[in-house]
Amino acid sequence: MSQAASRVSRTSPAKRGSHGRVARTLNAFGWARTVPARLGLAGTVLMLSIVVLGPVFAPHSPTAILGVPLTGPSARFPLGTDFLGRDLLSRVLYGGRTVVLLAGVATIVGYLAGATVGLAAGNSRTVVDAVLMRAMDVLLAFPPVLLLLVLAAGYGANPVALIAGIALIHMPGIARILRAATQDASVHAYVEAAAARGERIPGILAREILPNIWPTIAADAGPRFTVSILLVAAINFLGLGIRPPTADWALMISENRIALSIQPLTIAVPAALIAVLTISVNLMADAFARSRGISSAKLVRR
Amino acid sequence: MGTGILARHPLAFYVVRRVLAGVLILLVVSVIVFAATQVLPGNAAVQILGRNATPQAVVQLSKELGLQRSAVSQYLGWLTGLMRGQLGTSLAAKQPVSQFIGDRVRNSLVLAGVAVLLMVPIGMALGVAAGVRRDRLTDHAITGFTLGAIALPEFVSGALLALCFGVWLKVLPSVSLVTPGTSPLAHPSALVLPVATLMLSGTAYIVRMMRAGVIEALGSEYVEAARLNGIGPQRIIWKHALRNALAPTVQVLALTVQWLVGGVVVTETIFSYPGLGQGLVQAVQLRDLPVVQAVAILLAAAYIAINILADVAVVLLIPKLRAPL
Repeated sequence: MSQAASRVSRTSPAKRGSHGRVARTLNAFGWARTVPARLGLAGTVLMLSIVVLGPVFAPHSPTAILGVPLTGPSARFPLGTDFLGRDLLSRVLYGGRTVVLLAGVATIVGYLAGATVGLAAGNSRTVVDAVLMRAMDVLLAFPPVLLLLVLAAGYGANPVALIAGIALIHMPGIARILRAATQDASVHAYVEAAAARGERIPGILAREILPNIWPTIAADAGPRFTVSILLVAAINFLGLGIRPPTADWALMISENRIALSIQPLTIAVPAALIAVLTISVNLMADAFARSRGISSAKLVRR
Repeated sequence: MGTGILARHPLAFYVVRRVLAGVLILLVVSVIVFAATQVLPGNAAVQILGRNATPQAVVQLSKELGLQRSAVSQYLGWLTGLMRGQLGTSLAAKQPVSQFIGDRVRNSLVLAGVAVLLMVPIGMALGVAAGVRRDRLTDHAITGFTLGAIALPEFVSGALLALCFGVWLKVLPSVSLVTPGTSPLAHPSALVLPVATLMLSGTAYIVRMMRAGVIEALGSEYVEAARLNGIGPQRIIWKHALRNALAPTVQVLALTVQWLVGGVVVTETIFSYPGLGQGLVQAVQLRDLPVVQAVAILLAAAYIAINILADVAVVLLIPKLRAPL
């Protein structure tokens, strides 16, 4: 092996290559070349702007009872009123925040917990590894929705329990990915080189191992966020997450169910928005994972 | 002794090992279920009745749940009852949990059974079609549809289906009424929309896994070898690629049934279909702990059993996999 080649292998792959900042910025959207990927990106941006900016444009308070229940669209209420006489448009503009926020926080908490377990197990050569991974197997034995329902039975309709439950659902998968990646990375020459330079374990994790498993995590995060949204929405729909009178798209579908035949808009509008949100995020996540050479068919599990 | 029957029959040893591990996991699951519902959240009686409950009511409910005993003795009492088939008494309905569950188990099995029987063949056919015609129009159409369907929550597709067929077209009931004591098969129209809702998400899932399996098989060396030997494309697909996609097929079936364990919960609730999932959601809303605990263990046991069955079936079907047992 030549001198140059052996020197390169001591540098971690993440630090290799001479991509400048401009090239990297242009490359950041390289995965969004296909039609489904672009539709997904556009839909996600649209839905996120409704979620973030919606409350600014809401004509009324989302929780104030302002008129006769279940009236059709009018000048004062552009989409009509809901089963209690609240402005449907305002509730729709406010109602996306809870789903996106809860799903985002739950996914992040899941990553923090899963990464801690995975890194600890991957770096341990003792019984700790086996104990941690068997604990993860037990979590995998729960059907996801069942785990959330059991928590709701104990803690009531409680967003904190919902976040904790979804984080627990993601934890085993994330721990497995990070454990495998850590074990894989720790045998590489660049990690040995870092250890030989006298770097401490947290430094090696942060500077050598994490940057190299980052692509795997990035490809895995999109499908997980989709699953989080689906679970949050399902639990809110069952009335076991966000409590009334807060405006929430999933909760709106269940609370207006009695009005299905009288004022279908009260259900059709939040249902359509949830559909566009979940489908867009999924299209985008799928395209991104594919561009990294990972089939997301194996990742999505609910 | 230990080196006797089991050592000479690695397959039997494998099955015994998997079943024992499954029982062990179910035991741990039962500890978690019991702790999460009755021990960790604090005084369960206060939790159920709310802060404004009278002290007498709290004492009464504590007695019913056996809360005056230690957590360990409560758990052991519950577990031994469970093993003897005594599932406890529902707090809301004041009837034995087994009676509450009875009809619902059958209703859920009928719903899930009909859905599986329909979605597995359809999903596999579409998945194979997409995999064989990879990157052509058929594939793009099928893949695009599944990407959308898989991301659609069951309660959204269910609500939209109820809106279309129940309210606008008025051809199917948007609430599935099943007279107590009768089989849901006697009310076929009540089954259509719940089954369609489950199929929309479930089929998409099967299609994606089958497509991935077929593409992998078609890219393998033995298919390449068959192609180089001049074997026609039809024969390659049927005799070589699909034959070897048997293991993924069994896994697809198992994952579908496992997914249904969670899927029926939401779907039954949308259509008020009187199944186990809808009963569980009601019990959670009413914080009827004995019912929640019994149904949770039942569903978790089914989930674990399906997993073991699938793994054993795969090993039985593919002798190659028996080597590393």
